[in-house]
Amino acid sequence: MARKILLEKTGIEGIRSYEVYRKNGGYASVEKALKMTPDEIVEEVKKSGMRGRGGAGFPMGMKWSFIDKKSGKPRHLVCNADESEPGTFKDRYLMEHIPHLLIEGMIASSYALEANLSYIYIRGEYMWIFKILEKAIKEAYAAGWLGKNIQGSGYNLDLYVHCGAGAYICGEETALIESLEGKRGNPRMKPPFPAVSGLWAEPTVVNNVESISNVPWIILNSGDEYAKIGIGRSTGTKLISASGHCKNPGVYEIELGLSVDEFMNSDEYLGGMMDSRPLKALIPGGSSVPILPEHLIFKTANGEDRLMTYESLSDGGFATGSMLGSGGFIVYNDTACIVRNTWNFSRFYHHESCGQCSPCREGTGWMEKVLHRIETGHGTEADIELLWSIQSKIEGNTICPLGDAAAWPVAAAIRHFREEFEYHIRFPEKIKNRDHFVNEPMSRVRHLLQNQMV
Amino acid sequence: MERSTIKQEINISESLMERINELLSHYPSDKKKSALLPVLHAVQDTHDHWLSVELMDKVAEILEIQPIEVYEVATFYTMYALKPRGKYPLEFCRTSCCMLRGAEDMMDYTCQKLGVKENQVTTDGMFSVHGVECLGACGYAPMLQLGDFNHEHLTKEKIDQLIEDCRAGKINLV
Repeated sequence: MARKILLEKTGIEGIRSYEVYRKNGGYASVEKALKMTPDEIVEEVKKSGMRGRGGAGFPMGMKWSFIDKKSGKPRHLVCNADESEPGTFKDRYLMEHIPHLLIEGMIASSYALEANLSYIYIRGEYMWIFKILEKAIKEAYAAGWLGKNIQGSGYNLDLYVHCGAGAYICGEETALIESLEGKRGNPRMKPPFPAVSGLWAEPTVVNNVESISNVPWIILNSGDEYAKIGIGRSTGTKLISASGHCKNPGVYEIELGLSVDEFMNSDEYLGGMMDSRPLKALIPGGSSVPILPEHLIFKTANGEDRLMTYESLSDGGFATGSMLGSGGFIVYNDTACIVRNTWNFSRFYHHESCGQCSPCREGTGWMEKVLHRIETGHGTEADIELLWSIQSKIEGNTICPLGDAAAWPVAAAIRHFREEFEYHIRFPEKIKNRDHFVNEPMSRVRHLLQNQMV
Repeated sequence: MERSTIKQEINISESLMERINELLSHYPSDKKKSALLPVLHAVQDTHDHWLSVELMDKVAEILEIQPIEVYEVATFYTMYALKPRGKYPLEFCRTSCCMLRGAEDMMDYTCQKLGVKENQVTTDGMFSVHGVECLGACGYAPMLQLGDFNHEHLTKEKIDQLIEDCRAGKINLV
């Protein structure tokens, strides 16, 4: 069995309740942390090499070290539990099954940042988890882990859970802060960074649920021990949420460095493909990251084994690689239509664009329309170039990364599956049914395209 | 913003006010506006799951902010309904991972069964069917959200049962 840090105790009966959690060693990291100095904790997290688990992969200790402790303004830790990246449902799993782990991590991390008022921002659609967390926070207050003079240390912390209301963009940290201030989720220009001017213009650190949930283990076992897990700059374990056409969808904790092949095919993890149909494509890190065609999934372009690490998944850049992202692992078999899927994502990004920057506001809508046209048999050859042109003009031209996130899936789909777009355009009568690849997968109609080549 | 022609009875009950005050206590006393999103959820949940202009004005008054500050938030976030929906709004996730596992078929089946199109309310006011974007249940697809809860691994049989249970008053939304 693989090593587990986050899911080690989720199997214990009643672990959701404070008593059981405490009896199984819960809150020990807070006891230890309160005897350390805040800077010592920051140092341990730095040494762990842990990279932010929300998707961007920025080193967490480094992010912590940027918080402005000199201005004397109140500081805040905000946990990003707005998990909305299609394919990602790992934070939900943690909060639902072991809510006190996040609260324990929030207390230890807030102490390290010398913050006295912290929030967990959870997406509105996770309302039942919002209530689980509210209850767990009440239990933690009652047991003296929150409030004034925690465990006699002199440290004060108030922690609350705040809910969003259905906006993907609020997973972007500055939009999340706006939303926490009771406003529309429009991302802010950076700089200033939240570490200097965040919530109510006060120094703020925003971290993902999974990142914060790793802190108790790091405090108890040291950053050096954490850094021993994993490979190279991909230290520790990672939660992967698997969905789509694999045999066993669900949430798995893996040691970074596991091969994609083993994760995909061993019975301990995904157990191969649903109904034993052939694998066609993979999105390894949530809808925003480039899709990989079958021949680039288990091996990189250089013929090396593809591993579940930040480095290996992005090996080859966007030409032949992808990203680990949020760990939203979406598996596609040969019945999936890449054009339909790309249209689906574009509709998502169009719906979720906050509307602040024109390239994203307009571009996502144009991409959705053009893709819908191709998918429904009304596309033209020029549409492929048009799509390429639109996506290239969104990327890099917006305040926040939603624009890039909308552009990348379109670019990657054209890059690796251009023939499917051509097939839709040249054989509109073949794709009238939305399940067009169920009976006639691309492998069986490819010859039609090849016969056309002169 | 479209003003609904349907009148909404406003009732800020004692227990609702208690909840609002509890939510307000989570933020510094000079940052009442921060409570806007959770307060709108609490108010909507106790007012047939939608927000009329009059109700939003009331929220503005309670939080001591301008009505426009409430409108701009209520129109931005998809979870706030600005017109009445069915008593049981069935919200199907239709983003990629759910689509791969047959979400479109499930939604078509439900629309057909209830005799409505997307975003329409059944004539008895009981149900409405909506297509929404990723709800974070990708590994348990296809799924729908009903009130605070998810119904996952959907099949036609499960949908039949759910609709029957709603009609029998067995389903709680919060």
